[in-house]
Amino acid sequence: MRAAAGSGHPDGPPESPHLIRLEEVTKSFPGVTANDRVTFEVRPGEVHALLGENGAGKTTLVNILYGLYRPDSGSIVVRGRRVAIRSPREAIALGVGMVHQHFKLVLPHTVAENAALGLPGTPFWAPARDVGRRLCALAERYGLPVDPDRRVWELSAGEQQRVEILKALLRGAQVLILDEPTSVLTPQETGELFKVLSRMREEGHGVIFISHKLTEVLEVADRITVMRRGRVVGTVAAAEANKPMLARMMVGREVVFRLTKAACTPGEAALSVEGIHVRNDRGLPAVRGATFHVCRGEIFGIAGIAGNGQRELVEALTGLRRIEQGKVRILGNEVTNRSPRFLADIGVAHVPEERIRMGIVPGLSVEENLILKRHHRPPFCRAGLLHLASVRRFAQGVIEEYGIVTSSPNTPAKLLSGGNIQKLILARELSGQPALVLAAHPTYGLDVGATEQIRDLLLRQRAGGAAVLLVSEDLEEVMELADRIAVMFRGEITGVVAGGEADREEIGLMMAGEERVRG
Amino acid sequence: MDLGWLVSTVSRALAFGVPLLWGTLGEIYAERSGVVNLGVEGMMILGAYAGFAVAQTVGVPALGLLAAAVVGAAAALWHAFLTVTLRANQYVSGLALTLFGLGLAGLLGRGWEGKPLRVPLGAITVPGLAEIPVLGPMLFVDQTILTYLGVLLAVILWVVLFRTRWGVVIRSVGESPATADSLGINVTLVRYLCVALGGLLAGVGGGYLSVAYRPSWTEGMTAGMGWIVIALTIFASWDPLRAIWGAFFFGALYHLSFRLQAYVSPELLKLMPYAFAILVLAVSGFGGARWRRRAPGSLGIPYVRGER
Ligand SMILES: Nc1ncnc2c1ncn2[C@@H]1O[C@H](COP(=O)(O)OP(=O)(O)O)[C@@H](O)[C@H]1O
Ligand SMILES: [Mg+2]
Repeated sequence: MRAAAGSGHPDGPPESPHLIRLEEVTKSFPGVTANDRVTFEVRPGEVHALLGENGAGKTTLVNILYGLYRPDSGSIVVRGRRVAIRSPREAIALGVGMVHQHFKLVLPHTVAENAALGLPGTPFWAPARDVGRRLCALAERYGLPVDPDRRVWELSAGEQQRVEILKALLRGAQVLILDEPTSVLTPQETGELFKVLSRMREEGHGVIFISHKLTEVLEVADRITVMRRGRVVGTVAAAEANKPMLARMMVGREVVFRLTKAACTPGEAALSVEGIHVRNDRGLPAVRGATFHVCRGEIFGIAGIAGNGQRELVEALTGLRRIEQGKVRILGNEVTNRSPRFLADIGVAHVPEERIRMGIVPGLSVEENLILKRHHRPPFCRAGLLHLASVRRFAQGVIEEYGIVTSSPNTPAKLLSGGNIQKLILARELSGQPALVLAAHPTYGLDVGATEQIRDLLLRQRAGGAAVLLVSEDLEEVMELADRIAVMFRGEITGVVAGGEADREEIGLMMAGEERVRG
Repeated sequence: MDLGWLVSTVSRALAFGVPLLWGTLGEIYAERSGVVNLGVEGMMILGAYAGFAVAQTVGVPALGLLAAAVVGAAAALWHAFLTVTLRANQYVSGLALTLFGLGLAGLLGRGWEGKPLRVPLGAITVPGLAEIPVLGPMLFVDQTILTYLGVLLAVILWVVLFRTRWGVVIRSVGESPATADSLGINVTLVRYLCVALGGLLAGVGGGYLSVAYRPSWTEGMTAGMGWIVIALTIFASWDPLRAIWGAFFFGALYHLSFRLQAYVSPELLKLMPYAFAILVLAVSGFGGARWRRRAPGSLGIPYVRGER
């Protein structure tokens, strides 16, 4: 395999000078080596992708480059000169710009004020006006239209990302780091971003493009460096790479791309939602008249960019958020605004979006977490007291069944890895044979192995006759698992399509609110 | 109603609003940078004590005010050290500062208890403007220079906050320190400076009490004004210009509670400003989004780089 670091030089001569180079960089956090002797470089006029699973150490590496973390050892070379980057200010001065995975924007401020923050050479008086003008000129040149006077919280994620890119360009970034930039974009917006990146390549910038999605990396990058568990597995030219090869490097074993999925045999409707309206934490309408139903034996997927009301919808269906208007029926019962306890008792399972904050009590033990929903009922509770022997027996059974890796049932749940925490939650929720499973982003942030297991568990629920509502930002996942796919945009269901014949482009358009299809 | 009564009420409301105004302007800056300082009462009483002590010893009221400013800023720096550098809980540290300030000033001021100041800060008459009927005697007679400086300061602080580069930096640090940090802003420095400015202004507010308004020293002479300042900061929705109206409105309430003593029980009247402060906080809690949205986004939260 042509995978040794620095071997292939597809574009340009081997001696072509790099813009920035990390040599043998190591960085440890308590308990993990996030980067282990990593060597990585970017040349002018190239898009260099950094590919790896969640937790591979990609963000840590670029945070070092941007002066947010100090490496334990190793060195950084900028245009042939060894440097120490002690702060973002020094990184910016060296021509490094970064678009963080979670945007670093001051939401209540205007676009221009955000761009002016800390920008050298802004006038003291009325900085926003001057910077706004410069912003427009740059926007023109790179094809990134923005309105400098808009407040950032009003912008879509794609527009916010443009502001972040412009901020970096305004500071004279030669090297632009984009950390998982496509995770907040629709397929169309992703296409536009790729055009901007080509533009930057032509202007001689070096781009570091971080992703865990193989297709994207192959589409946009010139070279690809794959990381796994803190180490560089190899660097390859994109022209010579393919999906299976990258997947193998990323995961460290052969990866099967297809799950076995039996034909769908939908039964009667387990959940029907009729025109519900729900508000978000700020009191603004978040779900606006959503109507759909989910049948037994099917997986109903909800796709859409995060923040379009999915969270509020799931919270409303689990009794955690008030429904202002509309009706919800589950298994024929009207359950609008019933309590979470009531819903759990009639067989609704909830796999929440924020697994540590809402899915477990981090300080309680694994076994205590496993009975959280049923601690008040026999056999776990007798005469108001916990019957510890049955708790232990039950816990040992499901730990085995669901393959939860824990040193003992007594271990605090917070010590488990992300994948095992998720399996614990699924074990608790699914072991009571629920009729309806509400799963929000069930595989978010998990590695390939855990992801496969979780998806398999959901498919088994479907085969067993449960209705499954799957909310996910990962379009691939929804398309792979769901029998029908609904798209949410600004609190409305913009369309429902059958899973088998779903078309990425069409769903992408619906995610941007552009088209309504009924299926 | 008797015009003379109105004139003197407004005039005294202004005079009484001055320490509230200075304190509130300071607290607005501290909170805009993301640091709550509940130590205003403590910084004010330390300022009042230091102002009196220096003015009494040296015989120059302006030097007294200068001392009050320095002592207020020093006390605030202690709060900044605990909350910004050591990341202690801002509320606990602020409360401690108030209790410490009240205790220390009381202890140091024992020998001076009840003493009048030798040379108080004189009242001024604004030439020209004082001649205007009704308004002249209301606004431009019998005030000290600090009344007008306070208003001028409010305008300047507003311009700095909303129309300059520094303002963008301060507001950004209070809204999202991680963003500011990622753009090379020294979050710690900005917070130290804003908190120190807050203490400096609170100190002057306290000094005004002992050097100008009631030129004497009495233990606990700030009488809870620091707490009104905290409420006023919210009432003014962190806007220096609104602080002007808020401060003079509460000044009027304080003054009226003296004036109406002939008719209503004095205990009840003394409650008035505090009852109002509670009301303001309750309303701002209930009123929901409109009020709360203006609170700086990371108010009260220590900043730790790279925390997830
Ligand atoms: N600030 C931190 N403190 C402790 N551990 C961290 C921190 N940042 C990252 N890690 C750990 O380092 C590893 C790599 O994380 P990260 O660089 O975020 O991976 P990636 O961006 O590739 O998903 C993970 O195991 C993560 O838990
Ligand atoms: Mg990452």
